[in-house]
Amino acid sequence: MPKRIETGGATVTFTFDGRPVTAIAGDSVASALAAAGITRLRDSVVSGAPRGIHCMMGACFDCLVEIDGIPNRQACMTLAAEGMTVRAQQGAVSVSEGGRA
Amino acid sequence: MTRNEAASDTLVIGGGVVGAALAWGLARAGERVTVLDDGDIVLRASRGNFGLVWVQSKGANMFDYARWTRRSADLWPEFAAMIGEETDLDLAYEKPGGMHFMLSETELEAARARNFAMKDVTGPDDYGAEIVDRHELDKIFPGLGPDVIGGSYGHHDGHVNPLKLLRGLHIAMEARGVRYVSNARVESVAKDGAGFAAETAKGRFSAAKVVLAAGHGTTELAPALGLDMPLRPEKGQILVTERCATRLLPMPTHVLRQTDEGTVLIGDSHENTGYSTASYTPVLTDIARHALRCFPALAALKVVRSWGCVRVLSPDGCPVYHASETCPGAFAIACHSGVTLAAAHAMELAGVIASGSFGDRFAAFHPRRFSHAQAH
Ligand SMILES: Cc1cc2nc3c(=O)[nH]c(=O)nc-3n(C[C@H](O)[C@H](O)[C@H](O)COP(=O)(O)OP(=O)(O)OC[C@H]3O[C@@H](n4cnc5c(N)ncnc54)[C@H](O)[C@@H]3O)c2cc1C
Repeated sequence: MPKRIETGGATVTFTFDGRPVTAIAGDSVASALAAAGITRLRDSVVSGAPRGIHCMMGACFDCLVEIDGIPNRQACMTLAAEGMTVRAQQGAVSVSEGGRA
Repeated sequence: MTRNEAASDTLVIGGGVVGAALAWGLARAGERVTVLDDGDIVLRASRGNFGLVWVQSKGANMFDYARWTRRSADLWPEFAAMIGEETDLDLAYEKPGGMHFMLSETELEAARARNFAMKDVTGPDDYGAEIVDRHELDKIFPGLGPDVIGGSYGHHDGHVNPLKLLRGLHIAMEARGVRYVSNARVESVAKDGAGFAAETAKGRFSAAKVVLAAGHGTTELAPALGLDMPLRPEKGQILVTERCATRLLPMPTHVLRQTDEGTVLIGDSHENTGYSTASYTPVLTDIARHALRCFPALAALKVVRSWGCVRVLSPDGCPVYHASETCPGAFAIACHSGVTLAAAHAMELAGVIASGSFGDRFAAFHPRRFSHAQAH
């Protein structure tokens, strides 16, 4: 389980599946979630197996979450911001002629 | 460090889709095969391609190539089933036919003329490509953009997950006893007594026959064996979207295909940028813009990856198969569309190579056609 090696500093608060998460300013969404002990960020669209952080540098696309209504955002590449609504993902997106369903 | 203890009938140099298909086929023909492959840093078209098993329009400039492509497409269902059975891997191969969208009258007329010129290439087997109008297209592809005026439908086209194909071939060939040696870049290969020997970073390997199937690496190894492999690089860039639960594409098109797992692949460019695999936004923008003209709904999907990859192309784009005249038992095989041709390579070409010579086959694919062109 990853642990913070630096503490203190200004904090921001966002929610993950409705539950408040406190991040330190400058945290990515992924590092804030990891520090809060949240590991299951989505389920694989293909196998249904749980997925969480892996490379933490934008290469692996494992840590995809829905942020403020937009799915498939890389938690490790997105800065945590005050008031963000982050959700775990299940299933793939659907589209219709009018856009996302 | 020498690891040449185990004798081999054939050395296959290169473990991409061409080398692996041949190695599997040679093992199936009863041969003991060693595959010598380079590492991860070299150009590897087999890991960056689009995954089409595509027949229509192939070989418009060489009907032998059109027939060979068709032969491979006909073999593909059996080939995919065999690799599937031997590996427990689903290659995600499908053969629903394929569509080439036409966005202008000029394009549509060219396709009509090409289909007409090729209608008899496979004789009674039916070439199997026909022009469909917008009305027909709307029934197959709901949500098509207004700029698409028609299409060319190829009955024999299909697609596969090319990474699973490569993986499947590797598992299946090793299960059939093929020895695969990675990070064994062949520095030189030459005649050695009655056979051939290759010098690699992992020692010396020898066998009675040798097949050069090293993609762009083949050109430099070929002359020592009396082989000729003129190849040129051409870059293609591909975009990949997030997975989409909606089935947008019931069949692949020549530049769009939705995988069984939902992602949409958007290809691909034809760029003369040497051996560079760099990916640049201006070209990706053009690719995306064209895709949106075909399918406006794609605008709702996020692109999660893009890459550039270098094609293995001969001067006329058709395969080059060369059996050495001066060193019998040495072969060089290269082609664009190594995914499409994988079934024919595995199930037919390998057997011909196992026999030791091409006999009267593959004359059209001999590289002498290029020197001939230069002499005039
Ligand atoms: C963008 C793009 C899209 C494409 N789309 C399609 C498609 O939709 N359908 C289709 O059929 N084809 C497609 N292709 C073409 C297809 O990918 C190639 O024809 C095929 O991968 C060629 O395989 P190969 O084994 O000859 O080459 P490679 O994949 O390049 O493999 C060559 C191998 O040889 C090894 N090697 C090189 N030098 C040496 C050496 N000195 N010693 C030992 N090993 C060596 C390398 O490590 C490598 O593993 C596409 C290609 C590109 C670039």
